[in-house]
Amino acid sequence: MIKKNPLVYIILGVGGLLMVFPFIWMVATSFKQPWDVYSLALIPSEPTLNNYQRLLENSNFVRWFYNSFLVGGLVTLSVLFFDSLVGYTLCKFNFKFQNLIFIVILSTMMIPTEMLVIPWYIMSKGLGWSDTYWGIMFPGIMTGFGTFLMRQFFQNVPDDLIDAGRIDGLNEFQIWWKIALPLVKPAISALAIFTFLGNWNAFLWPLIVTSDHNLYTLPVGLAFFSGEFQTEWEMVMTGASVATIPVLIVFLIFQKQIVRGIALTGLKG
Amino acid sequence: MRNRFNKLSIQQKQAIWAYAFLLVPLVFYLLIRIYPAFNALYISLTDWDIISADKNLVLFENYAKLYQDRLFWKTLGNTFKYVIYGLPVNLLLSFLVAYNLNKLRRGLGLYRTLYFIPYMTSLVAVSWVWRWLYQPLPLGFFNNILSLLGIAEQPFLLSPNQALQAILAPTIWVQMGFQIIIFLAGLKGIPAYLYEAAAIDGANNRQQLFRLTIPLLRPTIIFLVITGTIRYLRIFTQVYSMSFQGDGGPLNSTKPLVLYIYNSAFQRFEMGYASAMTIVLFVIILLITLFQLKVLNKND
Amino acid sequence: MKKVLSLLLVGLFVLGVVGLAKAEKVEITYWQYFYQTKKDTINELIKEFEQENPDITVNHVTFPYENYNTKVASSIPAGVGPNVINLYYGWLPTYIDAGYLQPLSKEYFDPVTIEQEFFPLVQAAKIDDSYYALPTAVRSLALIWNKDRFQEVGLDPEAPPKTLEQMLEYVQLLTETDRAGNVTKPGMTVEVRGQMHHWIREVLVRQFGGVPYAEDNRSVTYNDQGGYSAFEFFTDLTIKHKVGKVGFMTDDVTAFKSGRVGMYIDGSFRIGTLNKLKNLNYGIAELPSHQGIKSNFASFWANGITSHTKGKELAASIKFLQFLTSDKAMELWLQKVGELPAKPAVALQEKNANHPQYGPFIKGLEYAHATYFVDEKAQRQVWIDAYDLVRLKEISVKDAVDQAAETEQKVLDKYYQDK
Repeated sequence: MIKKNPLVYIILGVGGLLMVFPFIWMVATSFKQPWDVYSLALIPSEPTLNNYQRLLENSNFVRWFYNSFLVGGLVTLSVLFFDSLVGYTLCKFNFKFQNLIFIVILSTMMIPTEMLVIPWYIMSKGLGWSDTYWGIMFPGIMTGFGTFLMRQFFQNVPDDLIDAGRIDGLNEFQIWWKIALPLVKPAISALAIFTFLGNWNAFLWPLIVTSDHNLYTLPVGLAFFSGEFQTEWEMVMTGASVATIPVLIVFLIFQKQIVRGIALTGLKG
Repeated sequence: MRNRFNKLSIQQKQAIWAYAFLLVPLVFYLLIRIYPAFNALYISLTDWDIISADKNLVLFENYAKLYQDRLFWKTLGNTFKYVIYGLPVNLLLSFLVAYNLNKLRRGLGLYRTLYFIPYMTSLVAVSWVWRWLYQPLPLGFFNNILSLLGIAEQPFLLSPNQALQAILAPTIWVQMGFQIIIFLAGLKGIPAYLYEAAAIDGANNRQQLFRLTIPLLRPTIIFLVITGTIRYLRIFTQVYSMSFQGDGGPLNSTKPLVLYIYNSAFQRFEMGYASAMTIVLFVIILLITLFQLKVLNKND
Repeated sequence: MKKVLSLLLVGLFVLGVVGLAKAEKVEITYWQYFYQTKKDTINELIKEFEQENPDITVNHVTFPYENYNTKVASSIPAGVGPNVINLYYGWLPTYIDAGYLQPLSKEYFDPVTIEQEFFPLVQAAKIDDSYYALPTAVRSLALIWNKDRFQEVGLDPEAPPKTLEQMLEYVQLLTETDRAGNVTKPGMTVEVRGQMHHWIREVLVRQFGGVPYAEDNRSVTYNDQGGYSAFEFFTDLTIKHKVGKVGFMTDDVTAFKSGRVGMYIDGSFRIGTLNKLKNLNYGIAELPSHQGIKSNFASFWANGITSHTKGKELAASIKFLQFLTSDKAMELWLQKVGELPAKPAVALQEKNANHPQYGPFIKGLEYAHATYFVDEKAQRQVWIDAYDLVRLKEISVKDAVDQAAETEQKVLDKYYQDK
């Protein structure tokens, strides 16, 4: 195609640096003393860990991390289980109302969360779900999108394999679990990444449903923390760093899978 | 029981399995997705504020009130500004980067990582970082740079003329990662022989781009336009995090519809009124998606 | 034998009940917004309270100021949330209307005694003959100036401005700009969101010959020449004289703490914060007068008991509230936070009234007005918007004030319509 063009490398490189610069600036500031915050120097003149210490003393970041991880993890497991089961059922079985059920599930994709938060909120208040993990999780334990995605992928699983399973005396659940699921592993991992990321960053609903600071997810906790310390920017940047860096490390380790997963959900979705 | 089950035809057995698999999910979709949707519609026809217990059916009064509410039209306008200013720039930048990245022989992985990093991070964190960069002198990074260059400082988030664009910048910055990945996947999907054939036919780079690449990327572009539009229409977190006290200021110049819904529902507890706005949002998203699908799919 | 047995049984029963009651700790929850010195002081008070009342545990929760109202409001419908809560006096009408607070038991909080012991402005917490909340402390405004900055520009560091004319003259001297014309060291801060809307409403309007509200507090009256001139004086600070900048260093107190600001106006609660800074050489004075008129704005945060609190929790909450409004708590509050004791007997002690830091605030209290807010958030927003309209949209001062008056009148009407 095209010969190597150094200019392209340079321009893309500068663009790439611009993309990560705010993070570098953020991390640098988190090690600065309060009086050093206004200086444009990237390297703190007197590096300090005070901000991190104050952050741990004055907030619940560890707990918020745990909450986000727990909520994101459980929702993802639930979505993987149900969406792939439903996607499989809608694809490989024949039964009455099959299309109707598919359309109903598909149509839920068209309803924006914003329209549902008010009824969910009222429901949570009524059933005592506010300020519980279940309250944060319940709206997301199954998704129309995931179901649709999995159904697309199960279409590529040959019916012969499923029939072979039946002849071997496996029941339908075993066939799904042992034969069909392993064949759509890439889709499973893509859906897992997509779902986990979405829940990890979810803000509106957790903000509404929690008021106990022990139950905040990371984004909500960070928002409140930043609100409390908003005049001490070195603390705000420390909070942002703590919320960002572990995720970046995970990303750097699994970036191949993550990028592939995002691309896959994008193409099929 | 076991026996009776065995006597059923394969068809019937399958149906029973299917219904068993679908039982819990159906309950979920009906109770957590479908019922609340209708419930939202119903609440929008009442004057409920949940603090006082009484709920009266007022039919279309909330919608009539919306029609006369200047702030509602303003937030609706802001919402569209986010889409119209943000999405095209976002798509164009992402395409330019992806198109050039796709040509690289070496280092694609590294570059892709750099561009993808913002997408991976919490939007709340990113918003606060940018909010800080935008501060007036002597704090903000951008204004410090301007000052070094002898240029008058800019108010950014403090001005009703700049704040919306200032919030869009990090939004675009974050979304680029996602869009680049999708564009790259789309570009990789175009078989190399097509380019070779085009080159043999004497098509230059530009012709290849406009006659070959872009038409073949149509599904990718449709996908990104639709998901991007919906995403921008639902903008909330950035504005909540970047405006003073999360109020979508100054002078409501950055307040999008979703933030107004949040204010009405969860700060003033006008559940009926807020629900009416959510219905409007739903209708807008539905219409725009259908319209885009129709227009963008036209030539197929 | 039977008698002995039954006595024994009764004895055991009583012991059991007492034992159970002892073992069963009452836990109550206290909410306030996050302000470092307040948070620390309440923690200290709770520790002491729990020592005095070993059967009560107080769970102390804070929220950032900007989310506080939301969190309070969202706990109403569910009947969850705190037992004792700290609310701004300007929010009380809204929350009492919503049935959020219960009237304080007259047995423990006798209205007559309250009126004898507390500053009269506390009556803002009384609705229909019942008190719904009581403060630990009250606050007023004062001028805080940076002595080092005064020295740098050749002003006498011990002579703060006494009048608005002097103040304007000084702040112009105290303002520094860079090559590009950006204000790098403002003469004063101009954050309407901070305390400035109070300064405009209750101080400047009166000093320029107006009255902010009618006698019965039900109508807005600042939309006349007094109000226009007052607001013009304020907007001119940034637009004409360019001695201040909105959003400088995020907010006014941070700006002042950085040492770059010549003077600013703030409440007594800042003393605790400012005293923590060792390098800040500052003084506190009464607000500048104008045309011989002195005025000030007084306010308070009060503690109330929520409606859903009953039984043992109510008893514990009453005890806690009594503790929070005790003379001892007020003394500690003054020392740690800097807010003035809510009882004149405690506040006006010789040592406080002549104190270089508390003194000007206490003197200000004598001629202070407390705005009778019905919805403080909305009524503050009115002035923020008016200021932004003049500053950013180039709307005339008169139109902005008229618009503010119209909007605020609507807020008042909405509240009073069914009263």
